[in-house]
Amino acid sequence: MKTLNDSIQAIPLNHYILLCSIIFSIGVIGVLVRRNAIVIFMSIELMLNSVNLLLTAFSVYRGDATGQVFVFFIMALAAAEVAVGLAIIVMIYRNTNSIDINVLNRLKW
Amino acid sequence: MSTFYFIAFLSIFFSILVITAKNPVHSILYLILTFATFTVHYILMNAQFVAIVNFIVYMGAILVLFLYTLMLINLNKDSEPQKSNIIKIIGFIAGGCFLVAVVAALKAYQTSQLVVLQNPNLGLVKNLGKILFNEYLLPFEVSSILLLSAMVGAVLLATKEPKTT
Repeated sequence: MKTLNDSIQAIPLNHYILLCSIIFSIGVIGVLVRRNAIVIFMSIELMLNSVNLLLTAFSVYRGDATGQVFVFFIMALAAAEVAVGLAIIVMIYRNTNSIDINVLNRLKW
Repeated sequence: MSTFYFIAFLSIFFSILVITAKNPVHSILYLILTFATFTVHYILMNAQFVAIVNFIVYMGAILVLFLYTLMLINLNKDSEPQKSNIIKIIGFIAGGCFLVAVVAALKAYQTSQLVVLQNPNLGLVKNLGKILFNEYLLPFEVSSILLLSAMVGAVLLATKEPKTT
């Protein structure tokens, strides 16, 4: 444990922010570029996870455990969101035989 | 110190593979590897509770849910219709603009202090449990209602009969 604590002490906070923003923007690009609905959901999970990592890093940086409690709530929210979203995707597949999101453009009207 | 940079490189590498893999099953498997690297990040920050919950909930529950959904959906015609190249380029530019904006804001904020763990038992289950059940008891109960309603909604949506026209 002592060596673990020593091993994180040399990392600046900016590097954590940089890592998390890179992964978040990869998730944004995934949402914008792909057409498969399941891959879009996975990109959303990627974004939620990068936010979780950044909240934990800030929590350790400030010495305040509230950030990690928020990570717990975000995980509960992500579980609920994934359950409902995947049920909706299954129902879309049953009705249209496709999970291409361009099939859903009738939602515009 | 170099452990962090190696794991960070692996995180970025696998998350790029998630959005570029053609086959959605490969995409899910790369997502599992990405979450494994996130768990290592949490362990490096000595946030043990978050690491365990990330391991169980994300790598265990959510990704198994993804794989089951993919099994229910018949994707053997593997060629999903790609978006046109102009849309892809615009998507990359939009995501890149976001990244550039964040990095520029980071550059403007010059001072970068080190992440130092002052209190070694900050992320342990005992400490977090005390905070969760003292200050955040009401949000905890509300989140249980959220999970219940999500469960009822998912069952209601997924068991609906396909419309017989």
